[in-house]
Amino acid sequence: MMPSKSKLRAARWAAAALLAAFSGLARALEWNLQPPATPIAADVQGLHEYVMILVIVIFVGVFSVMFWSVYAHRKSKGHQAAQFHENTMVEMLWTVIPLVILIFIAWPATKTVIAQKDTSNADITVKATGMQWKWGYDYVKGEGEGIHLVSELSTPNEQIEGQATKDANYLLEVDHPLVVPVGKKVRILTTAVDVVHSWWVPAFAVKQDAIPGFIRDTWFRATETGTFRGQCAELCGKNHGFMPIVVKVVPQQEYTAWVEQQKKRQASAGAAVQTAEANASK
Amino acid sequence: MSAVIDSHGHAHGHAGHHGPHSGIMRWITTTNHKDIGTMYLWFSFTMFLVGGGMAEVIRAELFKPGLQIVDPDFFNQMTTMHGLIMVFGAIMPAFVGFANWLIPMQIGAPDMAFARLNNWSFWLLPFAGSLLIISFFVPGGAPGVGWTMYAPLTVQMGMGMDLTIFAVHLLGMSSIMGSINIVTTILNMRAPGMTLMRMPLFCWTWLITGYLLIAAMPVLAGAVTMTLTDRHFGTTFFNAAGGGDPVLYQHIFWFFGHPEVYIIALPAFGVISQVIPAFSRKPLFGYASMVYATSAIAILSFIVWAHHMYTVGMPVTAQLFFMYATTLIAVPTGVKVFNWVATMWKGSLSFETPMLFAIGFLFLFTMGGFSGLVLSLAPVDIQLQDTYYVVAHFHYVMVAGALFSAFAGIYFWLPKWTGRMYDETLGKWHFWLSMIFFNMIFFVQHFLGLAGMPRRIPDYPLMFETWNKISSIGAFGFGLTQLLFLYIVVKCITRGEKAPQKPWDGADSLEWTHLPTPAPYHSFETPPVLK
Repeated sequence: MMPSKSKLRAARWAAAALLAAFSGLARALEWNLQPPATPIAADVQGLHEYVMILVIVIFVGVFSVMFWSVYAHRKSKGHQAAQFHENTMVEMLWTVIPLVILIFIAWPATKTVIAQKDTSNADITVKATGMQWKWGYDYVKGEGEGIHLVSELSTPNEQIEGQATKDANYLLEVDHPLVVPVGKKVRILTTAVDVVHSWWVPAFAVKQDAIPGFIRDTWFRATETGTFRGQCAELCGKNHGFMPIVVKVVPQQEYTAWVEQQKKRQASAGAAVQTAEANASK
Repeated sequence: MSAVIDSHGHAHGHAGHHGPHSGIMRWITTTNHKDIGTMYLWFSFTMFLVGGGMAEVIRAELFKPGLQIVDPDFFNQMTTMHGLIMVFGAIMPAFVGFANWLIPMQIGAPDMAFARLNNWSFWLLPFAGSLLIISFFVPGGAPGVGWTMYAPLTVQMGMGMDLTIFAVHLLGMSSIMGSINIVTTILNMRAPGMTLMRMPLFCWTWLITGYLLIAAMPVLAGAVTMTLTDRHFGTTFFNAAGGGDPVLYQHIFWFFGHPEVYIIALPAFGVISQVIPAFSRKPLFGYASMVYATSAIAILSFIVWAHHMYTVGMPVTAQLFFMYATTLIAVPTGVKVFNWVATMWKGSLSFETPMLFAIGFLFLFTMGGFSGLVLSLAPVDIQLQDTYYVVAHFHYVMVAGALFSAFAGIYFWLPKWTGRMYDETLGKWHFWLSMIFFNMIFFVQHFLGLAGMPRRIPDYPLMFETWNKISSIGAFGFGLTQLLFLYIVVKCITRGEKAPQKPWDGADSLEWTHLPTPAPYHSFETPPVLK
């Protein structure tokens, strides 16, 4: 029986609506790694894609065999069971071939591991200190040496508790972001004062646990300017979900200007403290 | 007390004077492997509902951004207890329950080797479970540290942390006693002719799991005991100020934690290796290689622990060693998957509920294995560590792996256990609903993790909203579906049709071929004759 014209039209409309909804969805939804902003992050993304392709090919291969079997070798179709139960050749092959594939995966991964671990020759070194529940930044070497920042969530409580509309960077905004110049190798030393935290910026593919009483390090070299956002990645108590990391990557001149401004601010704050102390001791 | 010793060689079915006590005392004093197996399974299902309830609280809070239902402290308590209860209260006891029921029947023994120990190892569990639940009601509430209980966050917790530590001790004792019992039973009580290489694969996987448990559980006990003394007795194992190291805790925990993954997975492999041949009406392909692959996985599981710790900042050589060792696990795991597929190949397949769950297992567990391969690569893992990608990965392994195979096993052996058939139509509904809702919950979590959503957070940035909504809806559906499972089991026990001795034509282990249905109270009073 042919479906009526009106039914066909309705179906076409539904299909169009679905398609529109789907393409809208695809744009709105984040479903893959964030766009890389460092060469290492690009490597990681490449490695992930490469492995995913291999994995999908193997998956489709194995399960085509299985589903063919499910389709063709059914009792309900009268298929008689064969009684074979081993085949040394086949078993050797499917042990050795995966081993070879693993070598092809491990090779590029090894190169990236070695690159990730090379924290030498940094232009700027910043110590990131995890605290319940904020980050402290100390510029310990390179341009900006001596600057100290404390970086706390700036999303107002009303937004968290649903009394105000949440803005675009909800839970990913801080009062004092880490500022670094573009194209420079920035070494991050991590430590913590209370419990284990983890300093993570997805666009840099950098995640380094901050361990109380110990110093660990990692690095990144951002290839583009912009604001990059991440979150603490190790459960650190009640407000674990509320201590984001924001890194502002700026052009060199802008960075120099920012350093000047911070130095002045810190000097005047220091002077104010000194005056206050002097007044108190009088 | 005549339930244990039987020297008269009676025929089966004389429940009269060798049968169980009546009423509650039957369950408290029992030394019978079937009674104890049943109690393990019901305990496990109860815990599964409790832990599942906690998962629903988590998913309800994450339904949309903002803090709606619970405060962050309670949220952390939920994630912690959900993990502990599901791992130690639901999944592990479920498979010990299977072991109790099946191992004596499959090797032709009358009961477990240490019948009284068996009773004790079960009866520790309700106390351990109660301690975990009581921890919610003490000052400070349950610990909010994650099931991994990383130091030094554990030092900041209230009394609930101590109760949890004692619960872990009890659970560990129970597991060690249970596994000693299982290993001893398998090695000493096989019927004449039942050589090791003729055992059903379920017995093999449990034999190896037993050794894993004996090796791994004391390590966990050590880790939590050190936490206890750090909290109360002034030691500084995990405190840098006193010369300790918080990372030491992680090393010790994961030295237990990775074998633990296989403690859960191997018996599941065993169940699947029984179910797939039965419904393919064809012997298991590569029996010997299955045994070797299982052993290889077990050995490798002890040298890969630090792949859970790529982000703590290890030297490059350690990073590489653990990466290579971890990727190697893909080889024996692959062998298993290929063997299962080859078992189905050219079989005569039928798709009753146990087979559906087994195929569901095969499909989803392989996906979990592949996401594990992705995570094994240190550079990629550094990006994905502690994100929802990891949550998705281990739920594919634990839920689609262990839980689905437990369902496969329960539907498969219910007729033998109860003497009655379950409702096949409802069983199929249970499978398909579980399959759809499971993927709704966890498939999208891969996307969340890739896009950068950390795990264990009660609130999240706006870009993660859609996937979280889908995941939460899936979770509500999955939870309700498991109530259907409860109904199916109760219906089977009370009103199911009488089952024949061997309802599945392809099943060939002793419980089907040599024992009537329902299985008699004492399995084999005289050893079966094996050709």
